[in-house]
Amino acid sequence: MTVLVLLSYEKGNYIRPITRSAITAATKLGDVHVLLAGKDLGDLAQKASALSGVKKVLIADHEAYAHMLAEPTADLIESLADSYDTIIVPANAEGKDILPRVAGLLDIQPVSDIVEIIDTNTFVRPIYAGSILATVKTHDNKKLLSVRGTAFAPTAEEGGSAEIEKLTHFSGSEKTLSKFCELKISQSDRPELESARVVISGGRGMQSSDNFVLIEKVADQLNAAIGASRAAVDAGFINNDCQVGQTGKIVAPELYIAVGISGAIQHLAGIKESKVIVAINKDPDAPIFKASNYGIVGDLFEILPQLEEKLGALK
Amino acid sequence: MKVIVPVKRVVDSNIKPLVKSDGSGIEINGVKMSMNPFDETAVEEAVQLKEKNIVTEIIVISIGEIKCQDILRTAMAMGADRGILVTTDQAVESLSVAKILKHFVEKEKPDFVLMGKQASDDDMNATGQILAAKLGWAQGTFISKLELSEGKAKVTREIDDGQEILELTLPAVLTTDLRLNEPRYASLPNIMKARKKPLETVALTDLGIDLKNSLEIVSIKEFSSSRESIIVDSVDALLDKLKNEAKVI
Amino acid sequence: MGEVAREQIEFDILIVGGGPSGLSAAIRLKQLVPSLDICLIEKGSEIGAHIVSGVIIEPTALDELIPDWRYKDAPLNTSVQHEAMFYLPNELKSINIPIIKSIMPQMNNAGNYIGSLGDFCRWLASEAEALGVQVFPGFAGSDLIVEQDQVMGVIVGDMGLEKDGSQGSSYVPGMELRAKYTLFAEGCRGSLSKKLMQRYNLRQGVDPQTYGIGVKELWEIPQSKFSAGYIQHSFGWPLDDKTYGGSWLYHFGNNFVSFGFVLGLDYENPWLSPFEEMQRVKTHPVIRKHLEGGRRIGYAARALSEGGYQSIPKLTFPGGLLIGDAAGFLNVPKIKGTHTSMKSGMIAAESIVEALNIKQKDPMIYQFRIRKSCVYDELYQVRNIRPAFAKFGTKIATLYTGLDSMVRGKFPWTFHHCLADNDKLKPASLCLKPDYPKPDDKLTFSRESSVFLTNIDHRDDQPVHLKLKNPAIWKTVNLDIFKAPETRYCPAGVYEVIDEHNEDQGPKLQINSQNCIHCKTCDIKDPTQNINWETPEGGSGPNYSGGM
Repeated sequence: MTVLVLLSYEKGNYIRPITRSAITAATKLGDVHVLLAGKDLGDLAQKASALSGVKKVLIADHEAYAHMLAEPTADLIESLADSYDTIIVPANAEGKDILPRVAGLLDIQPVSDIVEIIDTNTFVRPIYAGSILATVKTHDNKKLLSVRGTAFAPTAEEGGSAEIEKLTHFSGSEKTLSKFCELKISQSDRPELESARVVISGGRGMQSSDNFVLIEKVADQLNAAIGASRAAVDAGFINNDCQVGQTGKIVAPELYIAVGISGAIQHLAGIKESKVIVAINKDPDAPIFKASNYGIVGDLFEILPQLEEKLGALK
Repeated sequence: MKVIVPVKRVVDSNIKPLVKSDGSGIEINGVKMSMNPFDETAVEEAVQLKEKNIVTEIIVISIGEIKCQDILRTAMAMGADRGILVTTDQAVESLSVAKILKHFVEKEKPDFVLMGKQASDDDMNATGQILAAKLGWAQGTFISKLELSEGKAKVTREIDDGQEILELTLPAVLTTDLRLNEPRYASLPNIMKARKKPLETVALTDLGIDLKNSLEIVSIKEFSSSRESIIVDSVDALLDKLKNEAKVI
Repeated sequence: MGEVAREQIEFDILIVGGGPSGLSAAIRLKQLVPSLDICLIEKGSEIGAHIVSGVIIEPTALDELIPDWRYKDAPLNTSVQHEAMFYLPNELKSINIPIIKSIMPQMNNAGNYIGSLGDFCRWLASEAEALGVQVFPGFAGSDLIVEQDQVMGVIVGDMGLEKDGSQGSSYVPGMELRAKYTLFAEGCRGSLSKKLMQRYNLRQGVDPQTYGIGVKELWEIPQSKFSAGYIQHSFGWPLDDKTYGGSWLYHFGNNFVSFGFVLGLDYENPWLSPFEEMQRVKTHPVIRKHLEGGRRIGYAARALSEGGYQSIPKLTFPGGLLIGDAAGFLNVPKIKGTHTSMKSGMIAAESIVEALNIKQKDPMIYQFRIRKSCVYDELYQVRNIRPAFAKFGTKIATLYTGLDSMVRGKFPWTFHHCLADNDKLKPASLCLKPDYPKPDDKLTFSRESSVFLTNIDHRDDQPVHLKLKNPAIWKTVNLDIFKAPETRYCPAGVYEVIDEHNEDQGPKLQINSQNCIHCKTCDIKDPTQNINWETPEGGSGPNYSGGM
């Protein structure tokens, strides 16, 4: 069994961790080849070749793939598909744009956002905004999967020495259905709540909007997005669009820190997919503790400055 | 311009889905159903374009049981011109939906298809892209801004690290992010008017499209994450856990 | 807020509220005069979304309204098979009270059906729509249109207002729905019905209305424990002798158990929490054994009228009338109001047709017909039972009920409801604080996790729909004397006292209106009637699902 994984990277030659997670998932299904498509790829091929678990790196170096537009990239993957039993993309905006288009070309039903592999045909994926997990079995001979980053540990960046093969046939490269105009990287210093790797939220225990500065300082150390409970939003401490929870934003970061939040069920519903939850609260009976991995019972006005300082020292 | 907006009837997003006790599916008996919120955004965008005289006709299409008429009526109350309901008792997965939509695209010849990027029930996020592939059209997915001009669509896409702006050659399939707009309330007079707009019903079996379902739902269960709830007594101990045990910092 | 230009729509008849009475009235009107243009509005996001009841339905009114209902997929599939009544002297013991049908006919449930009133209303609505009634869920009647002392219709609320009352980007002004007659079918303590009672003095000369609050859970239990058609009621523990209330437990449908607890809102102890009493009563062996091993799938709460015969207001006014529990047609000893509600709606329909013919502004004929109807007879017979509990306490009143029922209520006297429920509270310092156990998350639950099951939705940035008429009273009366009873009687945790870190200003009342499940208890029980419940944006509130 051979698996093709589409490599997702950032300009600046940085392989996104979600690609490494997708590779981990792929290794459970067979030998892993990765496809590196783009233009001006720098040392990405070497980096890809060094990824642990990768057997082969296919390089498609062509102007047509410079922005990984779905139409040419899907054509490229389709042209390679014959050699693979399974094609995997990271479940990010890029992968989710491209994979179903490949599926349309191959006449296969794709399976999005898998979080667990049961066997070569059976996968677990969240539905209903993550509140339900469905185990699904595909009856297609070829499998097209997108893989959730948080569900699989990223493969090591070193240890591999995959063979590198340069492709010479660039399928779809003549396509001009869409034209790249501009990329706007978020200007905000902070990542967005829904896609941040770390989120730190404050609740009514923050007591005032001024005190959110304590949260901001910790967030700076962690490059975290800032959220809030509904109680804090209602009390006017912070803006509406920071609200995390059932009626606000649903987040699934690797690390979620809840500060002075009691843990109303509506709030918990919005954070339950987080990988690790930390609670800081002075009330040992607060329901947030039951829903967290780690907790500190104590005064947040003492804990937050310590956290800021010690995180700084860790760097 | 003419636009097709496909809409899906799903469990209302305010309802906590209840897993049937045998794990075979979600309880939908007596449960409030609504238009998929992502599709609602697509309908709203189409209506706004019609109000700006860019779009001249909005056709909404749904696939499912006869009750799906209600969301088509809602879409027409928001401003869509006519509806088509393809009736079937079978569940249809993205690939099949795309094939059915292709049939109507070829028949109606719209300038573009505007649809939700995903349905809030199965969260598959695939139908629009599959349809674009099947039609050989350009695709603009997860869009938060749309500007149409002669033969072109300029779209702003929400991507992982910001936004990407593309120019697409029409015809194209566009899928909407919720940030595109805020859907309107259907007013009472418009609901009354919508009841008189044309709604065509066709049976899926009469379309002669060869469909198969290849994705089988083996079982479903409620998401529950059991967490250890380890209480630590200092910031140092917490950071130690986060660094060495959970490995998240 | 300035005057806004509102669009108008005219109908022949407007019905406010999509419960059993409103839907029955709509259906009857269409049956009598198919050409009538009838509009029914409902504040819930769909028909059934705000409907809460046990429920056991006596099919008398339904037989009359839709005689072939059994062939029309009506969701009444479980007929009552066995029934039991328990007096609970304490948390462990139970005494089975034999139900002697000849003595207490009102307690006999043979021939009745257990079901979900929400599902039943959804079905009634489909029948009404098939007859051509225009049903509009998601639209809340927010104010009356009165011209020259005549009710001309209602205003359906504005949509898209911001928290401060200003117009948001999606603002749609509400509109005027006008009709020759408007039927108010808002259920217990309707906000427009309340205004009508004040404006037209409808309560003059009758007893104050008294109320109860019903708190309900829907369970799915293992097949092995399920016994279709089994019903049981309990009274006694955990309430003291002078507090009225009890539990119900009905097996119906597909392994469903409807479990709930009704507490008379004339209770005196401000420390009481109807929610916690309901949780606590589940731990009694006679109830626990049914629910253990099952899973809770729904939660709901709603006030109900308990005043009965003595509290029925004047029912008509120029341009309209009251039907169903908005008028207070619940039969308390029977624990049923669906059939009387439906019947009142049907009588109203018949009366309206006559009034239309003779162009009578005030459809007084309805009042007359109700007095001559079985609804009135039924309520008259049991008129003394509920007040006897207030007068004598539970034990003696139970004996009295036996006697009173034996003579079918023909004793020459009528007990009265002397005080409204809000006047019954005693100062907190004079009352004992009950010690409610902590939830175990298997049989008993927190209020917060319960509200979550109501599928509640209020758009976050709309104006607060629960208002204090005089905010200063809250501190001096509610807090100082009664220790904020609203934080306990509210079954949804809407009211919260915030006192931490606020020493300079003192404690403050936080109103989490987005938690409100529209039970109306605060509008009833607030000691000085200082809390006013208004309709939030249409479609807001709980979304009770099938089975509820």
